[in-house]
Amino acid sequence: MTTVIREYDLLQQINQGKGTDLIKIIKLNIPLKVRPFLEEAGGLAGFTGKFFAEGFRPRYEFQEFIRQCFIIGYKSLPLVGLTGFIMGLVLTMQLRPNLVQYGLESALPGMVGIAIVREIGPVITALIFAGKIGSSIGAELGSMKVTEQIDAMEVSGTNPFKYLVFTRVLATTLMLPILVILSDAISLYGSYIGINIRGATSFGFYWDEVFRNLTFGDVMPAFVKTYFFGFAIGLVGCHKGYHSNKGTEGVGRSANSAVVLSSILVFLIDLISVQITDLMGLN
Amino acid sequence: MAIYPEIKTHRLKEHLSEEVVRIRGLKKSFGSNKVLDGFDLSLYRSENLVVLGKSGSGKSVLIKCIIGLLEADEGEIHVLGHSIPELDHEELDQIRVKLGFLFQSNALYDSMTVRENLEFPLRRHWIVVTQDQVDQMVREALENVGLGHTLDMMPIELSGGMRKRIALARTLILRPEIILYDEPTTGLDPITAGEINELMVSIRERYKTSSLIISHDMKCVRETADRVVILIDGKCYAEDSYDGLSRSKDKKIRDFFE
Ligand SMILES: Nc1ncnc2c1ncn2[C@@H]1O[C@H](COP(=O)(O)OP(=O)(O)OP(=O)(O)O)[C@@H](O)[C@H]1O
Ligand SMILES: [Mg+2]
Repeated sequence: MTTVIREYDLLQQINQGKGTDLIKIIKLNIPLKVRPFLEEAGGLAGFTGKFFAEGFRPRYEFQEFIRQCFIIGYKSLPLVGLTGFIMGLVLTMQLRPNLVQYGLESALPGMVGIAIVREIGPVITALIFAGKIGSSIGAELGSMKVTEQIDAMEVSGTNPFKYLVFTRVLATTLMLPILVILSDAISLYGSYIGINIRGATSFGFYWDEVFRNLTFGDVMPAFVKTYFFGFAIGLVGCHKGYHSNKGTEGVGRSANSAVVLSSILVFLIDLISVQITDLMGLN
Repeated sequence: MAIYPEIKTHRLKEHLSEEVVRIRGLKKSFGSNKVLDGFDLSLYRSENLVVLGKSGSGKSVLIKCIIGLLEADEGEIHVLGHSIPELDHEELDQIRVKLGFLFQSNALYDSMTVRENLEFPLRRHWIVVTQDQVDQMVREALENVGLGHTLDMMPIELSGGMRKRIALARTLILRPEIILYDEPTTGLDPITAGEINELMVSIRERYKTSSLIISHDMKCVRETADRVVILIDGKCYAEDSYDGLSRSKDKKIRDFFE
């Protein structure tokens, strides 16, 4: 409500020619744009706080956690594997002509290996994971919220935050790194096939080349950031679903905004992590 | 029409001595939306009390305050002698074992079979230990609502009326002393609604439960109510038996009967 009035005020001011007063525009405009953002960030921060405050106290929902690991991890395998394979294959085929031009064909396995392990594997897998798992968590919890299933759990002696949210966030946090490792491996295999479409490289030589070029500084930061990706995706999905608005439209919106927000967070975390590894001199 | 501060006309009054739910001056608002504004109510042992109110008048909010799903802003809520706002989480769980809640949207867990739905409250409240006992209680609860054959079905495979009855079975499985029904017949066809009404009456006869029934379906009110409370503008507007209210000349009360 307040936003509408402010927007209107702003238009009025501009129409009356007072709008040239830059300070005024900024004063009016900043709260307008910043406030929803801050509210979103505040809500998410509160949710994260609750995760750490409540989750690690008994009673532990071990069975539900295992079930979620199965659903979130195992059932994402085909999708992650397929996209990983195509990614490795395509990347190789597209890099190849340029490298051949400079006679650097032998550098292909090393380059693709670094690209996949450091950046493309983690980020693409996380984005696909956000699309598949983030949205399904958002929609599932959203529909549980609007059909009062979350309330029903609460009156049945269950803490729904622990039962639903904690288990899912923990599962996404622990499953995504595993999926990324598998996806990296399949990507690299795809790349091997990509190389052999035109050239002839032996299987052993290919893997030797890949691993010779990978250092601790390549592998470790990439591995660590996937935990944060997984955590962000699970948390955002749960947050959006858990605070879903009434009605089926609300459920759709939760699922949608879960994907959008968690995809943005994946890139933000990626950005932060590259700064940190840079500072630590790990490249 | 006078507003009844205490029960005046009631024939059941003698054995309605014990107040199992007592609400005084309950206030609850969401932002500037004052939903409940000094609501009073008493539910006595083994009576069926209906709270009648228009859509959006705050009926669901009222029973969610009773069971502790929503926090009241002000006022007194006593359930079986315990003050709900003062209880901590564990104490609240103990009270909730004795309080059944039938949700307006049934709230059956979509991802679980009927059997798992019914087992859920049993297991979560740590009530039964052996699998045999669980099985027997589940079977009995389902037979109570006449749906023994649905044991391994998913909620999505059931009709609306069946889902309502499964939800009722899940509510009954803990043998609660008090049952809160949130619009048990809304959205059902008249025949199914009639069956649900019969079930509610027979549950009271069999288990001597006290029930608080939220409704705006007059047929449900007529068939189940010992006493009716009318909720208007967040307050208890009137209180009487169904017959008493149906003879009322008050405009706002007449609206419900027409
Ligand atoms: N969690 C909430 N946040 C904000 N407002 C709420 C919330 N729950 C209920 N309300 C508001 O309280 C009012 C009463 O809602 P309630 O669900 O109790 O109505 P009701 O009497 O049960 O209606 P119906 O017959 O449609 O179920 C409505 O105006 C609703 O918008
Ligand atoms: Mg309601």
